[in-house]
Amino acid sequence: MDFGLSEEQEILQQTVAQFLEGECPVTRVRDIFDADEPYDAKVWAGLCELGIAGLLVPEEHGGAGLGMVDLALVAEVLGRGAFPGPFLGHALATVALLEGGSEAQQRRWLPRLASGEALGSVALGEASGSWEPDEWTPSLDGDMVSGTKTWSPAAAGADLLVVGVAGGELVLVECGAAGVTVEPIESVDRTRRLDAVVLESAPCERLADGARAARRVRDAGLALLAADAFGGASRLLAMAVEYAGTREQFGVTIGHFQAVKHKLADMAVEVEPARGLYWYAAYAWDALPDESERASAVAKAHLTDRFMQAARDSVEIHGGIGFTWECDVQFWFKRAMFDRAFLGQPALHRERAAALGGWAA
Amino acid sequence: MDLRYSEEYEAFRGEVRSFLASSWPLQGDEAELPAVEQAALFRQRAIEQGYLARAIPRSYGGSQQDPDVLKATIIGEEFARARAPGEMRGIGPSMLVPTLLEHGAEWQKERFIPPTIKGEMHWCQGYSEPGSGSDLASLKTRAELQGDEWRINGQKIWTTGAQISDFMFCLCRTEPEQSKHAGISYLLIDMKQPGIEVKPLRQLNGGADFNEVFLTDARTPADHIVGKRGEGWIVSRSTLEHERNMIGDARQTKFIFKGLVRLAKQMGRLDDPAVRQRLAELEGYIAAHEYSGYRQLTCAARGEDPGPVSLMNKLVSTNIQGMVAKLSLDLVGDGSLAAPDGSARGMFQGLRDTSGWVSQYMWSLGIAIAGGTANIQRNVIAERGYGLPRDAAAQSSK
Ligand SMILES: Cc1cc2nc3c(=O)[nH]c(=O)nc-3n(C[C@H](O)[C@H](O)[C@H](O)COP(=O)(O)OP(=O)(O)OC[C@H]3O[C@@H](n4cnc5c(N)ncnc54)[C@H](O)[C@@H]3O)c2cc1C
Repeated sequence: MDFGLSEEQEILQQTVAQFLEGECPVTRVRDIFDADEPYDAKVWAGLCELGIAGLLVPEEHGGAGLGMVDLALVAEVLGRGAFPGPFLGHALATVALLEGGSEAQQRRWLPRLASGEALGSVALGEASGSWEPDEWTPSLDGDMVSGTKTWSPAAAGADLLVVGVAGGELVLVECGAAGVTVEPIESVDRTRRLDAVVLESAPCERLADGARAARRVRDAGLALLAADAFGGASRLLAMAVEYAGTREQFGVTIGHFQAVKHKLADMAVEVEPARGLYWYAAYAWDALPDESERASAVAKAHLTDRFMQAARDSVEIHGGIGFTWECDVQFWFKRAMFDRAFLGQPALHRERAAALGGWAA
Repeated sequence: MDLRYSEEYEAFRGEVRSFLASSWPLQGDEAELPAVEQAALFRQRAIEQGYLARAIPRSYGGSQQDPDVLKATIIGEEFARARAPGEMRGIGPSMLVPTLLEHGAEWQKERFIPPTIKGEMHWCQGYSEPGSGSDLASLKTRAELQGDEWRINGQKIWTTGAQISDFMFCLCRTEPEQSKHAGISYLLIDMKQPGIEVKPLRQLNGGADFNEVFLTDARTPADHIVGKRGEGWIVSRSTLEHERNMIGDARQTKFIFKGLVRLAKQMGRLDDPAVRQRLAELEGYIAAHEYSGYRQLTCAARGEDPGPVSLMNKLVSTNIQGMVAKLSLDLVGDGSLAAPDGSARGMFQGLRDTSGWVSQYMWSLGIAIAGGTANIQRNVIAERGYGLPRDAAAQSSK
């Protein structure tokens, strides 16, 4: 039994962290946050050069052939750095092809997605909380699809959209095609901006095993959001600890006040022990198929709630400055709002966990 | 990362099962022995097989196995299924034994560890005093060396299990001229002697597990000291860490949580969406704590530092038990108007009925206080884990 990282996994995390420190420090995050452009293509290209876009893709299709644990470890680091870019949608589109694509579909898309030459995203959620496959509504008419999806991350710049349709299936839609309209949404989290996608008899291609892929995409997404939340929450804690060691009032640093100190301890106790939840969810996705669905639901519900609370606590500990647009805390505060709601609120996943656990009177 | 039960583990499960099938319950004449003796006999055999006392060297009566959570889990599951006596837990096996392994003299390990892990020798912890709780290092109980004996005078309080203990490990002031911390020694004292008087204290839940202990010219041989004179504080830190690990053990929170789900079912409340939400929310904490334990064990096996999380186990666990308690009271409903009955007063006794849950509801506060209060844990986490400044007034906190 071993519940720790390999040396390669530790190096992977360090490599991505160093890349972000060099190419996308928090000052750059701020520029992108305030810019009209939703993300910096150059930073994303750099990440692709590191192989992040193709981490899960088998070597025969030009990827690194690694597992969900590795991808989630990267997601943690990106969360910690508040990476502004299209990582999540791209990763989930790739998972869809890996888990449900025909050989021809994989051969066509995976090499380009792995290199980053093509950008993928997903369009799953619909108005007011319909994230689950059995709630999707767009209808197929032969090779055409019609319907409206909301909350699609970085759809505007994507080449390929994986769209959830009626019957819990997935279809591939090329963004440039006729009948596809992408409308930017004024998003709370400006590091991961969302678009609405309107499909009017848009040409599409059914994913060979879309129903299975839809569930695997959801579970992967939940694990990756949980990982992002853990990374973000640990960053918020670190920022609050640092601030408590520098800001002075009444002649001492505010960390001297037990009320501040204990709040920090409580934040740490909520966040730090929960790391293993996302590890386990990602590990289950790779190796324990019977447990994957429930583990990812529990991890997402728990960690995104902890992230949100850590964001609130961090703002409080920063005082007035914490409530400003100027304070960096806001990037993670808003990422917490994204992680909590995207793919469904904690309450949804807790109810799923209850049902999957067979909890019935 | 590897948490699969490979064939090796399935084979191991088979071995454990066949051992249990032939070893428990005891047969023939042995089945006529008193329950305590039956359990001791069985434990001895389970230790010989390598199933119990796995962290303890063979030379002190343990089975000296490599740490392996999956094997420990399999043993726990199979022993529970067979209703066989499991690992000895509690103050002696979980707190004193690891302390002796770290700091004890060779003869002390040989003499005290074997009977303690077999459940034949019971211990109590004499730390707290009426005036010294969180500020433990201010303790006043005096021990003076007279010839080849210590003479001890003073009072201990909240001493769990003192009335049923053979020995007490006790913090005493032996070097009054030294500073607070450097004046303390860690003595092992026989409880069955005229100089010791034990008076039970009745707890919130009606039971009387803890006591006042009055020491009046109590005696113990000069060599019944763990560590050197004046090193008692350092030794006591080690015991305390084991106490916190014992209280913080994720297997316990998981066990209680399973009981809680069972209670919700018994009370017909599992269909209530609000109850399902609260249970699922709790499960996030339960699972996080469990995996955090796996990670810490992996770090220990690799010789790596898990970081500040190792300071958090007690507070994490007692926070969880507090949340469990609140939900359990809602589930018990009007049953909480009845006082817990006598058999349900021990910790974790009787989680199967509402009376046991009412008692556990109260116990959840006891464990939040014992072994260093929640506030003291917060101080430790913030100061040692995150480098925050120490409280000016509490430089000596427990
Ligand atoms: C069920 C139970 C079993 C026990 N068993 C044993 C045993 O076997 N042996 C033994 O020696 N002791 C035992 N204890 C005693 C236990 O260790 C003490 O109760 C505990 O350390 C607190 O000390 P106190 O009761 O004097 O409370 P105090 O130290 O007086 O604390 C009172 C309150 O003040 C707070 N406080 C104190 N100092 C600080 C500070 N610096 N910062 C912030 N807040 C502070 C505390 O958190 C608490 O809320 C047991 C206690 C219980 C409840």
